[in-house]
Amino acid sequence: MTVTRAEYCVLACAEAWRGDGEVLAAPMGVIPRLGARLARLTFAPELLLTDGEALLTGTDDETVEGWLPYRRHLGLVMGGKRHVMMGASQLDPYGNQNISCVGDWKRPRRQLLGVRGAPVNTLNNPTSYWVPRHSPRVFVERVDMVCGVGYDRAAAAGPAATRFHRIPRVVTDLAVLDFETPGRTMRVRSLHPGVSAERVREATGFPLAVADGVPATREPTAEELRLIREVIDPAGLREREVRP
Amino acid sequence: MSAEEAVGRIESGMTVGIGGWGSRRKPMALVRALLRSDVRDLTVVSYGGPDVGLLAAAGKIRKLVTAFATLDSIPLEPHFRAARERADFELVELDEAMFLWGLTAAVHRLPFLPIRAGLGSDVMTVNPLLRTVVSPYEDGEELVAVPALRLDVALVHLNRADAQGNGQYLGPDPYFDDLFCEAAEQAYLSCERVVSASGFLAAAGPQTLLVGRHAVAGVIETPHGAHFTSCAPDYGRDEAFQRAYAKAAADPAAWQAFTRRFLAGDEDTYQAAVAAYAKEGEDV
Repeated sequence: MTVTRAEYCVLACAEAWRGDGEVLAAPMGVIPRLGARLARLTFAPELLLTDGEALLTGTDDETVEGWLPYRRHLGLVMGGKRHVMMGASQLDPYGNQNISCVGDWKRPRRQLLGVRGAPVNTLNNPTSYWVPRHSPRVFVERVDMVCGVGYDRAAAAGPAATRFHRIPRVVTDLAVLDFETPGRTMRVRSLHPGVSAERVREATGFPLAVADGVPATREPTAEELRLIREVIDPAGLREREVRP
Repeated sequence: MSAEEAVGRIESGMTVGIGGWGSRRKPMALVRALLRSDVRDLTVVSYGGPDVGLLAAAGKIRKLVTAFATLDSIPLEPHFRAARERADFELVELDEAMFLWGLTAAVHRLPFLPIRAGLGSDVMTVNPLLRTVVSPYEDGEELVAVPALRLDVALVHLNRADAQGNGQYLGPDPYFDDLFCEAAEQAYLSCERVVSASGFLAAAGPQTLLVGRHAVAGVIETPHGAHFTSCAPDYGRDEAFQRAYAKAAADPAAWQAFTRRFLAGDEDTYQAAVAAYAKEGEDV
């Protein structure tokens, strides 16, 4: 059976947590949640996961192994033992992220969530992003309000801001991106199979670096595919978040 | 005391902290009592949910201090959203952890607490009064000085309380209700059931005794008083009703009908209308 785009996305999200050690994987969104569970069931069994509320759950996803109410969760963020994957309504070339509002903050054209925990996340623990629809509306030259702090803004704010600041990955329905360039601007790290560099460039609202011969997002193993389809997401929720 | 008596102690222009989080264990019966009062020009301090939405829709908010407003299972709070898009009130938009630090500073009677969060973000731009502070130690780090979020009044809802104001939560998360109470001049605690203190430890361990009577000015028994938000383990969120609320909030005529049906009378009328609605199992 052919691997679907949503399944490549689950796998690419899982890869974001590889090598993180014994930290909380905090996924926001369906595909990141599936990815975090896949990572723990395969190459990252030491990851901590919650039930989405106040409980830490064991590898069977049911046994309660710990307690993490919001205030302890915020403590964990500031202590750094966490890697969150947030959503983004807007993202710019340096990784500044907006989930608060679109337009003028004083009287927004569209009020969204508010800053939530994006400022504390980005300055204290690795923060990756998940974008289910890669488009020029999301990938913009400048975000309307900086909630999650990008590399340029962290550098300008000084050593207290850069000390624990890191954006390991941006996973979208088209590609995996990162900031491993000399200027700390976004580049394509891998293209999902079937996606051309041209298509990603067209879906990005700023000039995007795509190296010649950029690799394809890796194939899932037979075991990973079985886990996604039979254990983690038998209802196929992943196919609703990413268009085929 | 009654919800009316508690709300009677709130004056226009006061700073009111509201406990819970998003659409979780909000003191909704007290919020509904506020809606029935003529109090206005409030500064509301809340991890926002439908409490903020209802007060915004009623034009009670002059200034809002928050990190978000959400219905959780419905990501965007529709009244909050509409009020923001009309610029109905002033907003102090803080990060979730900055908000926690602001409450914590107030509890401990400190002018501020330092935090890394906020640096480099537009939280610093949209709140031009925020200042930084430099560590006097050799690291010399420059951090944000979150000002204390002092409250005139706090409103919280817990599962159980005794008549003296000792409050117990029985769900998985205390949220920040103890901090709201301790950061306030006067705190009013509504609960599902007033019990005798002798029953507390039979229900759960001592660590569930979240709020102490020294921090509470009045106790109000309001069964189903967090409705339609969740109040685990007594009840979950009323998702069908919340959907109806969100749908009605999106349209002025529908909102008028919703207000007439559910918010025109007292709390008993509200609970009776909700029960009737649940029985019908149809859209409002």
